[in-house]
Amino acid sequence: MIELVDVRKSFDDVEVLKGISTSFEPGKVNLIIGQSGSGKTVLIKSVVGLINVSSGKVLFDGEDLTQMDSKEKKKIHRKLGMLFQGNALFDSKTVEENVRFPLDMFTHMPLSEKRDRVNEVLKRVELINSNHKLPSEISGGMQKRVGIARAIVMTPKYLFCDEPNSGLDPQTSIIIDELIKELTNEYNMTTVVNTHDMNTVIANGDKIVFLYKGSKHWEGNNKSLFETDNKELLDFIFASDFLREARNYRLESFKK
Amino acid sequence: MRHKKLIFNFTMDALYQFGKYILMLKSLFVRPERKTMYWIETLRQMQQIGVESLVIVFIISFFIGAVSAVQFAYNLSMTVTPMSYVGYIVKESMILEFAPTVTCLILAGKVGSNVASELGTMRLTEQIDALEIMGINTTAYLVGPKIIAAITMIPLLVVFSAVIGIWGGLLAGMSSGYVSSVEYLQGVLTLFVPLNTIIMMIKAIVFSFLIVSISCFKGYFARGGALEIGKASTQAVVLSCITVLVADYLIAWLTL
Repeated sequence: MIELVDVRKSFDDVEVLKGISTSFEPGKVNLIIGQSGSGKTVLIKSVVGLINVSSGKVLFDGEDLTQMDSKEKKKIHRKLGMLFQGNALFDSKTVEENVRFPLDMFTHMPLSEKRDRVNEVLKRVELINSNHKLPSEISGGMQKRVGIARAIVMTPKYLFCDEPNSGLDPQTSIIIDELIKELTNEYNMTTVVNTHDMNTVIANGDKIVFLYKGSKHWEGNNKSLFETDNKELLDFIFASDFLREARNYRLESFKK
Repeated sequence: MRHKKLIFNFTMDALYQFGKYILMLKSLFVRPERKTMYWIETLRQMQQIGVESLVIVFIISFFIGAVSAVQFAYNLSMTVTPMSYVGYIVKESMILEFAPTVTCLILAGKVGSNVASELGTMRLTEQIDALEIMGINTTAYLVGPKIIAAITMIPLLVVFSAVIGIWGGLLAGMSSGYVSSVEYLQGVLTLFVPLNTIIMMIKAIVFSFLIVSISCFKGYFARGGALEIGKASTQAVVLSCITVLVADYLIAWLTL
């Protein structure tokens, strides 16, 4: 379980995160949503320790990441996987080498075993016959799958995804969302996804944290989302006439 | 008043950057997560920094030696000095100055820009963050092997450069008709001072360390977009060249 206690972050005089407290539970897909510039990426990077918070606590199973030295931080890092917005694949390495990299670095497995594990996770993310291709030779959706495969190859306890749907077509986005949800259940991971994709929010939001101008403005799940009267959240989620109609339709079906 | 403020800000920034550079070097001294992976990376860098620079070093050294021989021979032809001095002067100038300094200035351009843009791109595309998240000491893994590769391969390139330069002088001297091969080789073999070779090696090691560490520093801490990576590469080359020239003077002053 991950808990955030009054997390604040400022860059020079600008406060980007204004005292955020929440928790992310295991076996659930926890979403951080909000407009561009609301502090989502800063929050997710602060949680994993890529950005040092100005104040507050980030607790991984009760251990405060903000108070750890680099050795202790590395121990936590080895328990987590992360899918970056731009995938962050090593461009000079093949798909197989990318996915195998954490195994090469941290395990004593023989090469054949490592290859088996790589093939297993690549098969799991439905990416076969691409082992020897470079990231530049595969599509954006396939790159996301490689990123996910690399993130889960060490069977992490925590999975972080920064905008997993960015740059993908709606159909591929749904496939990636389903994959993240399935893997979260399979590995019983604490998954934190930073998104502003409405399909993800409605389909995967076991827990949703809505950020507005750097503050936590609302917290709930994909069911309570339809019933809220939080104006900023409603304006953000149901931004178009079509989505507003869909919401009304869903609310009416709830009443029936 | 305004000038004073500018000078003060410039000095403070320079001190801040120098402190950051020292801290980066300090962070290299950690236990590697997996020695084999560091060794593989070092070999890859040796190939990139050393082997892939052979052709350019050959061409430049050959012509420096050739031009020196022809020009010295032309000047000596107007005096009563024996023509064997051409070989002696080319050898001494290649060993003491041309091989270490000119080779390293050329490598500052080739290797320096390559290293800075490689690390800058890795930073920009979140590849360094991805390594960080895996629990890898990124400076030790990305910068360490480059420095080790440089301080082993560049001195070898400098020795190669000296040999090719002297040989280039021989060919140019003979073909121009100023000096015979016997006279040239007689000059090369007279008055061999071992200290000069030691100075050449000291220069090569110091210069290679400066070029690669400065370029890594500029690339590793690059921020922004493609334009900033270009700027970081240019700054890496300019700063490396200046520090090589200053170090050249200091070594000459201290050793001769």
